Amino acid sequence: MMLVQHFLENSADRRPGKVALVCDGQRLTYAEIEARANRLANAFTASGLGRGERVALYLPNSVELVIGIFAALKAGGVFVVINHSTKYHKLAYILNNCQASALVMPRRQVDWAERLLEEVPFLEATVLTGRARAEREGMLSFEAIQRNCSPQRPEPVNIDRDLACLIYTSGSTGDPKGVMSDHSNVVFAASSIIEYLQNKENDVVNNVLPLSFDYGLYQLLMVFKFGGTLVLEKGFNYPAAVLKRIETEKVTGFPGVPTLFALLLQMDLSKYDLSSLRYLTNTAAALPPSHIEQIRDRFPRATLYSMYGLTETKRTLYLPPKELDARPGSVGIAIPGTEVWIEDEHGYRLGPGRVGELVVRGRHVMRGYWGDPQATAARFRPGPFPGERLCYTGDLFRMDEEGFMYFVSRKDDIIKSRGEKVAPKEVENVLYGLNGVKEAAVVGVADPVLGEAVKAFIVTDGNRLSEADVLRHCRAHLEDFMMPKYVAFRAALPKTSSGKIKKTGLA
Amino acid sequence: MKDVEQTIRTYIAENMLFSGNGYPYADTASFLEEGIVDSMGIMELVMFVEESFQVTVEDEDLVPDNFDSVSKLASYIRAKSPPTAKTA
Repeated sequence: MMLVQHFLENSADRRPGKVALVCDGQRLTYAEIEARANRLANAFTASGLGRGERVALYLPNSVELVIGIFAALKAGGVFVVINHSTKYHKLAYILNNCQASALVMPRRQVDWAERLLEEVPFLEATVLTGRARAEREGMLSFEAIQRNCSPQRPEPVNIDRDLACLIYTSGSTGDPKGVMSDHSNVVFAASSIIEYLQNKENDVVNNVLPLSFDYGLYQLLMVFKFGGTLVLEKGFNYPAAVLKRIETEKVTGFPGVPTLFALLLQMDLSKYDLSSLRYLTNTAAALPPSHIEQIRDRFPRATLYSMYGLTETKRTLYLPPKELDARPGSVGIAIPGTEVWIEDEHGYRLGPGRVGELVVRGRHVMRGYWGDPQATAARFRPGPFPGERLCYTGDLFRMDEEGFMYFVSRKDDIIKSRGEKVAPKEVENVLYGLNGVKEAAVVGVADPVLGEAVKAFIVTDGNRLSEADVLRHCRAHLEDFMMPKYVAFRAALPKTSSGKIKKTGLA
Repeated sequence: MKDVEQTIRTYIAENMLFSGNGYPYADTASFLEEGIVDSMGIMELVMFVEESFQVTVEDEDLVPDNFDSVSKLASYIRAKSPPTAKTA
C-alpha cells in the first residue's frame, strides 16, 4: 500500500542528499524537506489534529506550502490548498465548508487569522509563517516549530482509502466545491501521468502554476514520487526570470496553459538557452493550432503533450506526441490504466463523429464533493460493478475513427480564463452584493491571451455606478483570475419567457 | 523628471486597485506579496511604463528587482531614461 506522503519519504530514504526543491532562493534536499515536514507534522499532532481532519494551507507557492502539504499527510490529515489570491469572505467560506482544524497562513495576514479563529468554530491550530517579532497568543509559529519539534518521522495512522486532499473548484451553482481525493486516487493518477511523460529521476520540472490548482499540485507530487527536482515559482509574473531559471537549472519539463504559452510566444526566446527542455505540457484548454505550430518551431527539442482533464479525475486524456502532426486538434486518448467513452443523454455509447458527454472510468475517478451528496450523485454515477463510480465530465466531445478525442464544448456555462474555471454565478453573486446593482449577467468572451475574458453586464437601480466602482468591489471579493476584464452597463437585459436573464446574444 | 513615484502610484490606484482614495501601500510594498498587481497586471504595467516614460522595457528587464514595488519601478525608470530627463 502506498500513501501520498511516501512520495517524499521514499525519495528521502533513497536519495537524501539530492536537491528536491528550488524555491524562494533556497535549494532544499529530500532529507531537509523530510525533516521539516516531520517537525510540522509532530506539531500538528501535538496540537490535537486527528486522523482525517482538514489542514488548510492558505499560502502562495513557497517552501512552507510544500512542507505543509506533506506535514498534513504525515499527521494523518487531509490537506486543502487555498489559492492565495482568495479574499477573506471566500476563505472563511472554504474553511467552514471543509471544517478545517488547522490553518497555515502568512504572519502578515495575522489580522485575518484572528478573525478566522472567531468565525471558524472547528479551527484549533493556526500556524503563522514568516519572521515574528513577538509570538501571538493562541497561534503557533512555523519558525519556532522548526526549531523545537522533533524531526522524527511519525508512524502512519492512515490507509490508502483515507482522504489525502480536498481540491476546491468552481461549481456552476457559484459556491466552490471540494473534490475529495483519497490516497489511492492520487497515487494512481500520479503514476499514470508519470508513465506517459516517461519521467525519470533526472527530470527537473519548473512549475509556475499555483499549487491550489490540481495541475500545479501534481507537479510537486509527481516530482517527489519519481525523485526529481522541482523548481517552484511564485507565478508567471516575470517570464524572463522564469526563462533564465530554465536555463540555469537545466529544466527538462515545463507545464503550461494556453495563456502562458501565448505570453511566451510574444517574447524573444532566442536569448535563452532552452535546450535542456525535454517536454512541454498543455492542459486546461486547447491550444490554438497556430500556437502549437509556433511552440514546436520555437522549442524544436521539446516534445509537446496536449492534454485534458478536470479536477474530478485529475487528468483524463493525453495526446501521444507522435500523433500531434496527424491530429493537432485532438486531446488524445485515455491516460494509462483508464478508459473513456462518449454517451448521449439516454446513456447510449456513441461512435465516431457523434457529439456526446465524455464519461471516465478508472481509479483516478475521485471520491466526490465534500459535504455535497447531491452534486456528487450528479457527477459521479454508478459504474458496471457494485460500488464503482464513473465520472460524467459535463464536457461534450466527439471522437475520430481511431478513437482520438476532440473537445467540443461544455454543457454548463463555466468560463475558462487563464486556464482556470470561472463560474459566472460566483461573479454574479459578488456583483449583486454591490449597492446599486439591480441585475447582473456574466459571460466569457474570446480573448487571444486569456482564452476567455470575463465580461459583466450590469443594470443599475438608478444609482450612479462607474466601471471603477464595480471593479473595486470585485477586486475586494474575487480571486485575480475571476476579475471582469470588461464591464458594460445596460438599461435592461434580455429575458426568457419565464423571466430569467437570457445570456445568449450577450457579448 | 516629475515625480515618477506619484505617476506610478496614481496609475496603479486608478487602473488596478480601482481606488477612489489613492495608493494605500508603502512605496516599498511588494506588488506580488501584497497582491497589489497580479500576473496580467505586470504586463499592463510594462505598457504603462513604455507609454508614459518613453522607456523600452526589454524582456530581461522584467524581473522583480525592477518591477516589484513603486520604489523599484521608479529607480528602474530613472536608470533607463535619457540623462537629460533625470535632471529636469
